[in-house]
Amino acid sequence: MLRRLHHTQPESFAFTPDNLAWATAQLTKYPEGREASAIIPLLWRAQEQEGWLSKPALEYVADMLGMAYIRALEVASFYFMFQMQPTGSVAHVQVCGTTSCMICGAESLIAVCQEMIAANPHDLSADGKFSWEEVECLGACSNAPMVQIGKDFYEDLTPEMLRDILTRLGKGDVPLPGPQNGRYGCEPAGGPVVLGEGNNARADHNGSVQIASDIGETVKRIVGTEVPLTAPWTDRGGRPRNDEAAPVEFMTAAKQAAAEKKAAKPAEKKVAPKVEDTPASDVAEKKPRTMKAPRKAGADDLKQLKGVGPKLEETLNELGFWHFDQIAKWGAAEIAWVDSRLKFKGRIERDGWIEQAEKLAAGEETGFSARVKKGKIY
Amino acid sequence: MLKDQDRIFTNIYGMKDRSLAGAKARGHWDGTAKIIKNGRDWIIDQMKASGLRGRGGAGFPTGLKWSFMPKETDGRPAYLVINADESEPGTCKDREIMRHDPHTLIEGALIASFAIGANNAYIYIRGEFIREREALQAAIDECYADGLLGKNACKSGWDFDLYLHHGAGAYICGEETALLESLEGKKGMPRMKPPFPAGAGLYGCPTTVNNVESIAVAPTILRRGPEWFSSFGRPNNAGTKLFAMSGHVNTPCVFEEEMSLPMRELIEKHGGGIRGGWDNLKAIIPGGASCPVLPKEMCEDAIMDFDWMRENRSSMGTACMIVMDNDTDVIKAIWRLSKFFKHESCGQCTPCREGTGWMARVMDRLVRGEAEIEEIDMLFDVTKQVEGHTICALGDAAAWPIQGLIRHFREEIEDRIKANKTGRMGAMAAE
Repeated sequence: MLRRLHHTQPESFAFTPDNLAWATAQLTKYPEGREASAIIPLLWRAQEQEGWLSKPALEYVADMLGMAYIRALEVASFYFMFQMQPTGSVAHVQVCGTTSCMICGAESLIAVCQEMIAANPHDLSADGKFSWEEVECLGACSNAPMVQIGKDFYEDLTPEMLRDILTRLGKGDVPLPGPQNGRYGCEPAGGPVVLGEGNNARADHNGSVQIASDIGETVKRIVGTEVPLTAPWTDRGGRPRNDEAAPVEFMTAAKQAAAEKKAAKPAEKKVAPKVEDTPASDVAEKKPRTMKAPRKAGADDLKQLKGVGPKLEETLNELGFWHFDQIAKWGAAEIAWVDSRLKFKGRIERDGWIEQAEKLAAGEETGFSARVKKGKIY
Repeated sequence: MLKDQDRIFTNIYGMKDRSLAGAKARGHWDGTAKIIKNGRDWIIDQMKASGLRGRGGAGFPTGLKWSFMPKETDGRPAYLVINADESEPGTCKDREIMRHDPHTLIEGALIASFAIGANNAYIYIRGEFIREREALQAAIDECYADGLLGKNACKSGWDFDLYLHHGAGAYICGEETALLESLEGKKGMPRMKPPFPAGAGLYGCPTTVNNVESIAVAPTILRRGPEWFSSFGRPNNAGTKLFAMSGHVNTPCVFEEEMSLPMRELIEKHGGGIRGGWDNLKAIIPGGASCPVLPKEMCEDAIMDFDWMRENRSSMGTACMIVMDNDTDVIKAIWRLSKFFKHESCGQCTPCREGTGWMARVMDRLVRGEAEIEEIDMLFDVTKQVEGHTICALGDAAAWPIQGLIRHFREEIEDRIKANKTGRMGAMAAE
């Protein structure tokens, strides 16, 4: 399904201080260098704060995680819980429409949404307070039909009940979520058939509803002060524990430029060597020994190396490589030097030039060189 | 029928004390350190002997899966990843574990992580389960405060951290490699296998991915012994299991029961019978959206376990039944599943991306009868071209419900097409 950035975007986005502290703590769940793992939780908190995901929010989170913007957009557009357009100021209603709910009457709930909110999903209601959509199975099938509003599930619904819930939400009231027909949770209506003993001291509500009623932020925009921040895990995940939210290390402009360059298409670059280009490799480069001209016996046919064609042979000659034994001597640092000039990142290792060159320099053949000699390749 | 004292999930309805103290009073976290002190091999042998098959739908033996993890580390850390991305339509069992009996899962995570040599585990819960996430995190926090997690977890000598991570509404992330991609912060597109996660999974490290229920039952199995667990159910289908019912039963619910009981018995006892009586039954989808539908005649003597379902060309799946009575338009019910799979295809493999769309469009016309009789075979042929030709099993899952529908309800489809052509009510609709 095609999901795009909304045509009208806000100027900027920033986490509230408490949300920022929360987000910083989330990063410590993942090993060093794997901050990107936190993108879904962070984007979700951004949406909880704003009601939907704007371009500035995407960029803000991508910056925080050291990711290219396109990667963040990919994630946001892939996962359907991310709302790419503004939603109702009070609530976005998600009606489960998959088979279990459908055969229990979800279509009549959708009709209520169409009547009370807007004819089409994702459109705002006339007063701007609500929006709705049909979603796929929400995993509360034994309490079908149901809807999710804000953080909570409203289960065992009839159209009248949903009508009432929407009316009350519109007036600023937040109806208690959970089963609306008197059930406690997922037990059979009328009381449990099994596990009937020892239920006398039960909490007022089931596990989900109890939290909702204790905190009371079902449809609220989350600013991070609703619950105390906890991050009890120790440093086993590769990260020191973060008791006080450390300042976020934002990506510097230079790092961003490097990331974008890395993400850019390699096809746009010319194959011809440009010495002034800065290398992108992690390995320190070392210039290998080059020669101004081939030895008297004549240059080797470098095209016998799998991965080297006529064009690349020319380039290698220009750089000062004429013989297999030269190539066979390259170490990691030399490979990095040549790599950054050939602009075929990793090709030398991928195609195994060194091993091939060692064999050819020793006068042996490789399967590929034999075919070149027979004239089957060039 | 299972007695209450033989239940693993003693607080599945959440009506008892949900806190750590309550869980301990019901026997959880009892002798966990002692179990761990028995060693990796002992735990894996016991799990194999119990005959536990994965509870996420595929039914792969859990002990065997754990044994695939490298015994000697090569410097890379190992990970346990718990699949709590419960999104299969009809399935609503893991939610109850996480919000009402979370300590079964947390204790299981510690034991399983030790058994596979992992010091870190991630639970990947579906994004929509926001309250369940909060309930589970609260339980995890409790365990940290009590020393059951963290350094020298539960005084077992094993350092263990448990992290809760969530998704954002993609069914495909229930597929184990898509889940790993998602956990790494990417689009949830399944990976090619091999390499299998046990060799290169999360962050390229050895990883075991297990369903919530598979992990949550492990501590009790190890405490009570594999013989106890395998005393339930037929051979090869051992144990107790969470079941669920939705749709047209009088009292839809989630419950734990032993394996290999007759479907009808489960429905009568827990579901309060079919709405309007047993004879009003039309069809049952036995274990989530991807399982082929069974007509009433087959439900009469159906046995809820892996082998019976396989022998009868359906699938046990997650054992969460969708029950449909005679008022149901079964063609439309399956069409809705086709729509679901079309919506949830990640788009990576062409047969699935295009095929799910084709199937949904043909199904759409079959619901209205605006089709030719030959198109039924054509649709069946399309499902066969999708099935088995994709990286992950979503393509198969999209094909099977339609194949089941054509196999058992062909007459009804033909009848509707004829009725649409002639403008007269079909013979079956008139009944």
